[in-house]
Amino acid sequence: MWFRTTSPSDTQAFATALARVIRAGDTIVLTGEMGAGKTVVAQGIGAALGVSEPMTSPTFTLVNTYDCGNLTVHHADLYRLDRTVEVSDLALSELAEFQGVVLIEWGEAAIGEIADYLEVHIEVDLDDNEGNVREFTLDSVGSSWDRRRDALAASLEDWS
Amino acid sequence: MTSQFVVGQDTVILGIETSCDETAAAIVMGGNDVVSSVVSSQIDVHAEFGGVVPEVASRAHLESINPVVRRAIDEAGIDERRIDAIACTVGPGLIGALLVGVSSAKALALAWDVPFVGVNHLEAHLYASFLEDPTLEFPLVVLLVSGGHTMLIEMQDHGEYRLLGRTIDDAAGEAFDKVARYLDLGYPGGPAIDRAANDGNPEAVKFPRAMMDDGLNFSFSGLKTAVVNFVRKNPTVDSVDIAASFQQAVSDVLVHKAMKAAREVGATGVVLGGGVAANSRLRADLQAACAADGIGAFLPGREMCTDNAAMIAAAGWHRLRALGPSRLDIGAFPSMPLVEAGIADG
Repeated sequence: MWFRTTSPSDTQAFATALARVIRAGDTIVLTGEMGAGKTVVAQGIGAALGVSEPMTSPTFTLVNTYDCGNLTVHHADLYRLDRTVEVSDLALSELAEFQGVVLIEWGEAAIGEIADYLEVHIEVDLDDNEGNVREFTLDSVGSSWDRRRDALAASLEDWS
Repeated sequence: MTSQFVVGQDTVILGIETSCDETAAAIVMGGNDVVSSVVSSQIDVHAEFGGVVPEVASRAHLESINPVVRRAIDEAGIDERRIDAIACTVGPGLIGALLVGVSSAKALALAWDVPFVGVNHLEAHLYASFLEDPTLEFPLVVLLVSGGHTMLIEMQDHGEYRLLGRTIDDAAGEAFDKVARYLDLGYPGGPAIDRAANDGNPEAVKFPRAMMDDGLNFSFSGLKTAVVNFVRKNPTVDSVDIAASFQQAVSDVLVHKAMKAAREVGATGVVLGGGVAANSRLRADLQAACAADGIGAFLPGREMCTDNAAMIAAAGWHRLRALGPSRLDIGAFPSMPLVEAGIADG
C-alpha cells in the first residue's frame, strides 16, 4: 500500500489515522533515511494511543516506555545497533506482550526477529523543493495484519 | 546497621553504574574525593569490539560488572572492608542493564553488611560538578546535554531540583552523532564534529535555531533535517563548514536558553553536564556568556561529564546523608524522572 503526505501536520494526521487500526500486541517497524520523519510518525501514533508527555527520540536510550492506562507504548530505536545479537537482547517481541504496542525506528535489523509486524517505510520526495512531501509504503507480515488490510486501507484512504 | 550510621568526610562509598552503555564502578570518599573511577570502555573486557559498541545487553554488563568493581577497589588501594556503603543507579535506563548493577550492589551490601542507596542517574550528573568544586553555591542552573538527554534544571539545594526545560524530540548529542554519520566524519560524532568544525566557518550556513524565543524547551530534530536537506541541495559545500555551522547553531540555542534560565532563577552560575559538555565550542560560548552576565561557569572535565560511577557515589553520599539508605527490596525504574528524584522511598 502506498500513501503520500504533504506537510509535517499532514503526516501527524496520517499517523493518527494509522493508529486507529493499531491494537495491543502490535509491532510497527519504521524505516527510512535520516530526516524522513520516522520520529514524527512514532509521535503521532503514540499521541493517538494516549501518550500525553513529549515522546523524545530513543536513539541513545534504545527503548522509551509510556504507560497509557490500558496500553503500554514502547518506542524503540535500533540506529546504534549493528549486531543482530544486540537486537535480540532487547527482547522487542516480548515487549508487545502484556498490552504493549512496540514502535521501532531504524527497525530493519529487527525484521528477522519478529513474526508479525507492519512496516512503514518513509521516503522524502526529492522533487518537492520545500522538503515537506513524504511517500509511505506499508507492508505487513503475519495473519493479524492480513485480516486488517481492508480496515487499514479504509482508514488511510485520504492519503492514497 | 543503619540507625547509627554517620555519613561524614571519611565515609567511603562504592558507586556502581550500569544504566546505559558503560559498566562503571568508583570509590569516592566524603562525597567528593574520587579515589578511583573505572569505566568498562577503558579496560579490555570488550577490547575485541573496539569499545564503541553499546553495551545494551544485560549480558555485556554481567560480563563486566565483577572485573570493573574489582578494578575500582584495587585501584583505590583499599581493603573492601573499608567500604561504608554502596550506591547504585536505579534509573532511568534500560531495565535489563539497570538490574545487573542493582542486583550486584544489593548482593555486595548484604555480603559486606553495609547500607545500599539507590541513585537517580540524572541526579548524579548534577553531582559531577560538585566532585570538582564542592563549594558551589545554590541556586544553580544545570545544562545537562548528552546523547540521551537535553535538559535545563534549577538546583535549589541538595536534593531539590526543578525541571526548567527539556528537548521535545532529539537530544543535542544525538544530533551531533547523526549529523557526523551523515557527513561521514566518523564516530563518536561529538568529537568528530568538534574536530572538523575547527577547520570550518561557523557562519557558512545559517541553520535554524529552533524555539529560540519560545520558553526553555529545545528541539533539535528540525536542525538535523535541515542539515540533510542542505547537503542534498548543495552537495559541493565543504563538510567542515557544515560541521562548524551546525555546531554553532546547537551551541547558540543551548547557551541562549541556559543564560535565560540563569537570569530567571537568579543563579550564581551555570553548570555543564553530560557528554556534549566536552564540546569545545559550547564550553567557550558558555564561558563567555557567563562572564558577560557576571556569573560562574562550571565546566567539569570530560571524564566526569560522561557516564561514570564517581558521580553515582557522590550523589549516593548526599542522599545517604539526607535520607538514609534505600530498602533492599526497591527495584529498577526505567522511566524514572529527575524531579521526584526521591526514589520510591525507603
